[in-house]
Amino acid sequence: MQVYLPIAEVSVNAFLLLGLGGIVGILSGMFGVGGGFLMTPLLFFIGIPPAVAVATEAVQIVASSFSGVLAHLRRKSVDLRMGTVLLIGGLVGAALGVLLFNYLKSLGQVDLLVKLCYVVFLGVIGGLMFVESWRAIRRSKVVGGPPLRKKHGWVHALPFKLKFRVSGLYISVIPPLIVGLLVGILAAIMGVGGGFIMVPAMIYLLGMPTKVVIGTSLFQIIFVTAFTTMLHATTNFTVDIVLAVLLLVGGVIGAQVGARIGVKMKAEQLRILLAIMVLVVCGKLALDLLLVPSELYSLGAARGH
Amino acid sequence: MLRLLSLLVLLALPVQGEEIVLGLSRDEVAITANFDGSDVMIFGAVKREAPAPGGGPLEVIITLAGPSESVLVRRKERRLGIWVNTDSVEVDVAPSFYAVATSAPFRDVLTEVEDLRYGVSIPRVIRSVGAPANVANSETFTEALIRIRAASGLYQILDSQVDIEEETLFRGQIALPAALTEGEYVARIFITRGGVVMDEYQTSIAVYKAGLERWLFEMSRNQPFWYGLMSLAIAISAGWLASAAFRIFAR
Repeated sequence: MQVYLPIAEVSVNAFLLLGLGGIVGILSGMFGVGGGFLMTPLLFFIGIPPAVAVATEAVQIVASSFSGVLAHLRRKSVDLRMGTVLLIGGLVGAALGVLLFNYLKSLGQVDLLVKLCYVVFLGVIGGLMFVESWRAIRRSKVVGGPPLRKKHGWVHALPFKLKFRVSGLYISVIPPLIVGLLVGILAAIMGVGGGFIMVPAMIYLLGMPTKVVIGTSLFQIIFVTAFTTMLHATTNFTVDIVLAVLLLVGGVIGAQVGARIGVKMKAEQLRILLAIMVLVVCGKLALDLLLVPSELYSLGAARGH
Repeated sequence: MLRLLSLLVLLALPVQGEEIVLGLSRDEVAITANFDGSDVMIFGAVKREAPAPGGGPLEVIITLAGPSESVLVRRKERRLGIWVNTDSVEVDVAPSFYAVATSAPFRDVLTEVEDLRYGVSIPRVIRSVGAPANVANSETFTEALIRIRAASGLYQILDSQVDIEEETLFRGQIALPAALTEGEYVARIFITRGGVVMDEYQTSIAVYKAGLERWLFEMSRNQPFWYGLMSLAIAISAGWLASAAFRIFAR
């Protein structure tokens, strides 16, 4: 069934979009990532103009994250206090990121920068997570017990300490604020919710338990992407609501399924799967930059229009 | 005075030997939610007062052009091992859609000179004025534009696809793709003999969004704030609905 998208001005297969939304939704519910880093390239691939894809993806992320967060709230695996701290940093970061993005656009080559950002961050995060969770799986097989961690490092020596009961942490608010800020900046530049950066940052930098991380990440993604949606809708007019509805119907259902799968799996298994997925996307983007493209030329909207 | 002047101009024109009378299968195309491309049939007849003149058989060319816009064409080059966009050329005028249908192979129907004069073939309707001086082979950018658009069905060459009956009736069909931009689509019909244009006729087809598509498009432009909020409200309620539905389902 073909559907004509009023803002994107292309006609697409409705079932294809429902399916894509569903798959990305499952991943979103399982791993606490918005799924933007997967969906946005997929939308480019089926012919949606990049500007519309990035803006519309934000709406879908809001829907699937909200659906996922409700599932996690019932399970009491959302640290609302930590989420709020991260969110404050995130919103400031997103605003800074938009400014930085516009400045880089005036210099040119912003496309390349976005792609390089993707490759570098996905590669580093995916690689680190893969190695870490691989070790954790091996250790749990050998010893048969959960790994011991929680060293007292420089993170615990900072002032303004706050109790995060759900996460079982008593740490300073400065590290989460900085993490939120950096993720906000990257999210605005790369056009994603930033879950795939936020999740590892919370696990490895803040030392939060994996189960709490996913719900908390989703919680703050809702607000950051809602903010981005409004920015795109009012400045670029690139939010396609028909596209968004098709994606989010699949997405919200997928998120519920994903959240249930996630509960049944071990934390290390979840982490290693997310790591593999991140590395695959990274590899694909890196190949695009390194291999000879089949078409050297590309079309774009003219400058100053 | 004006009327007199135009009358004089008309009298000054050479007497037309052959004239086009035209019909269209549709003079508007409404893009609705389930729009999946559309065929436009363009048909007509050649009216003559005197017997058919000599100078080769009668041939017909039909063109259909979407609204024009300027396009930025970028070229990738390898720099430090990775492929990056380097040179770019702005093509000043390029139709968003263009189809040329002819009754015989294009060069047999229209001479190079007449093509230049009337601007019929695809390279003739694209205008690229100023390529920056530092860009080498700027004409390859226009070729790339044509190649990319032709691959997605936006530029079509339909050689020998116009039927002519008895040197009088003609009929051609042009398929509009699903990914269509709004605007006035200009249809031009030429009749030629021996590669020379005998008569030209021009009409237009309105392509516009209708129904829900129109409403959403207008709202996104005129009330962007409320449009954004509406999108978010839909997202939130869909997320809640799915969650609630699954809770009932799980019990």
